Amino acid sequence: MKIEIRNGHIVDPANQLDGEQSLFIADGKIVTIGTAPTAFNADSIIDASGQIVCPGLVDLRAHLREPGEEHKGTIASETRAAARGGITTLCCPPDTHPVIDTPAVAELVQRHADAAGFARVVPLGALTQGLAGSAITEMHALKTAGCVGVSNAMQPPGSTLILRRAMEYAATHGMTVFIHAEEAALANNGCVHEGAVGSRLGLPGIPIAAETVAVAATLALVEETGARVHFPMLSSQRALQKVARAKYDGQPVSCDVSAHHLHLTEIDLLGFNSQCHVRPPLRTQRDMEGLRKGIADGTVAAICSDHQPHEADAKLAPFGATEAGISALETLLPLALRVVDDGVLSMTQMIASLTSQPATILGIEAGTLSPGRQADICIFDPERYWTLDSGSMLSRGHNTPFLNWEMKGEVTCTLLGGKTVYERT
Amino acid sequence: MKKKNRLQLDDNGKLKHFLTIEGLNRQLLIDILDTAESFTSVTEQTVKKVPLLRGKTIVNLFFEASTRTRTTFELAAKRLSADVLNINIQASATAKGETLLDTLRNLEAMHCDMFVVRHADSGAAHFIAQHAAPHISVINAGDGQHAHPTQAMLDMFTIRREKGEFHKLNVAIVGDIRHSRVARSQIHALSMLGVEDIRIIAPKTLLPTEPDAFGVHVYHDLREGLRDVDVVIMLRLQKERMRGASLPSEHEYFQLFGLTEEKLELAKADVTVMHPGPINRGVEIDSAVADGSRSVILQQVTHGIAVRMAVMSMAIQSHLPETTGGVR
Repeated sequence: MKIEIRNGHIVDPANQLDGEQSLFIADGKIVTIGTAPTAFNADSIIDASGQIVCPGLVDLRAHLREPGEEHKGTIASETRAAARGGITTLCCPPDTHPVIDTPAVAELVQRHADAAGFARVVPLGALTQGLAGSAITEMHALKTAGCVGVSNAMQPPGSTLILRRAMEYAATHGMTVFIHAEEAALANNGCVHEGAVGSRLGLPGIPIAAETVAVAATLALVEETGARVHFPMLSSQRALQKVARAKYDGQPVSCDVSAHHLHLTEIDLLGFNSQCHVRPPLRTQRDMEGLRKGIADGTVAAICSDHQPHEADAKLAPFGATEAGISALETLLPLALRVVDDGVLSMTQMIASLTSQPATILGIEAGTLSPGRQADICIFDPERYWTLDSGSMLSRGHNTPFLNWEMKGEVTCTLLGGKTVYERT
Repeated sequence: MKKKNRLQLDDNGKLKHFLTIEGLNRQLLIDILDTAESFTSVTEQTVKKVPLLRGKTIVNLFFEASTRTRTTFELAAKRLSADVLNINIQASATAKGETLLDTLRNLEAMHCDMFVVRHADSGAAHFIAQHAAPHISVINAGDGQHAHPTQAMLDMFTIRREKGEFHKLNVAIVGDIRHSRVARSQIHALSMLGVEDIRIIAPKTLLPTEPDAFGVHVYHDLREGLRDVDVVIMLRLQKERMRGASLPSEHEYFQLFGLTEEKLELAKADVTVMHPGPINRGVEIDSAVADGSRSVILQQVTHGIAVRMAVMSMAIQSHLPETTGGVR
């Protein structure tokens, strides 16, 4: 099968491509960009006039709910939603039921993703057995089974001693450690940012110190162990400052932010809007601006969806009793594009933060259009306006505060290994 | 803010639900106080009833223990001739795993007209108001650490009776402001009614985050904060906060923040001492002050009935045009 994508504006940050060119695919792989290879007779031609052609998006954090919570979503349902969002690689955290702490569960997740065929799924293994924070996992076995890193998910990593040992062991096997920076004692079962709005609403707060203390402690252990650490979804400007300093000092650290933290703040909680119940919590306007700036200045490597589909009931309770999270795969790209429209990021920077940069963090061959790579491609119309309504969402979870928002930029076609897995009708 | 406003008020700006003081307006608060004033005579009559809510069913939906609030709501409803159902949910449905929404649907199916809700989660009353059938009014009888608007209004009622006007007053609130729904509602009500100098007095461990956002003056020294105040409101110190990370001991708290006759001397001579109850004698307030001539703690309880009658009648009346032709 030979495919030509013509007339599209190709943006491939890793290869510094930014212009109208044709892209040629054969046998599921990218052959070349520019002039057609000799004797290339396309079986199929995709006309991408007026559209941007970029590598398939790489999402560093998406809960697919399988195994264990299939009432919220399945690998098949959620990867299908990912394809609609132009996402071709998803990294899923280990907090499934059972936890991804054995090769069997890691392999099951990948097998189900392969069977569904909508996107590649790369799992993170658990940092400690059962995420219980006491005994470290068989990281070598997890790596062999396809895990691209280890993570404490949203659980406390146990003591700093356990964390240190886990980081040493991960470093032994060259695995990146994904640390959710939330010091449990300081978070103290809070559910919103500890600030003016949470205080008015009488909701228990999670102070910024819960994040900065965890980041600082982890950074001290990075210096000690040499482990490579990634902080998913930082929410505060102060935590970013600590990461920026560590990067400046040459420490092997990186971080990402979620798309919703770039658009929502604690103000959106007014009226007890449970769709805005997320963890880490939505913080202040200043933090939101700090996160945006962090992507622009390179402190933040990636924008993730932090996709967390829920059944309707999970959000139908008084705020503190609702489950945290947003169904976010289908809004990742338009929300990132909005930051470009706001003049904070260039199109290339934004696409890099959704493709090549997250792929580098995962250490996988994805996120570029280099010849020889899998033809995982996202084609989107950057000017098209559409409105998010729950009826048209493909994710099983319709929990999102962005319902009825007018979005600009819509995926028209997603290719996975040269196969069309989504096409706008 | 707009959302809250819409939720509590109907299209004519009448009170439909009473969830929080925030988003209401000064005139509405004054209407509540005036209506309550008109009901005080009822509670002093031999036949303590008016037929305003005859045929209406009011459900006291208490997910959290309460004696004073629940009984005054019950009395208020009965004096308005409503039928009252007391449901203690801790001992009932949710213990069997029923969701709040299911409990609600079941009660709606029994054709109730009003829910008086107390719940340990902040925002619970909002949640119920958002999801209840349109003919049902919801009165917040305390949700988590968020709001307790009828308590605040009975306090305002008491202050108005004692002092007449609001705008020249200095009012101090002392104690565990951080965890207090009562304090939050009082602060909103006081500022809406024009009190310019609202003080909150507590150690930093008991102050809310960013207290300045409430438009109050913050004191960490009781003596300093009490200087020239007209009204001092003492808050109850929850037992679980007395020892641990928030406070070292009852003893040290009473020494620094307990209200005694001697400290009260710093306030104006005609100072009024209030407390939402139940009081911890010798912890936040000395018995001599609680039972003294400047204390109006028991009057507050009495006023609670009239204020709750006012709020209930106003909220149900906002529904009357829709419900008159109905079967119920």
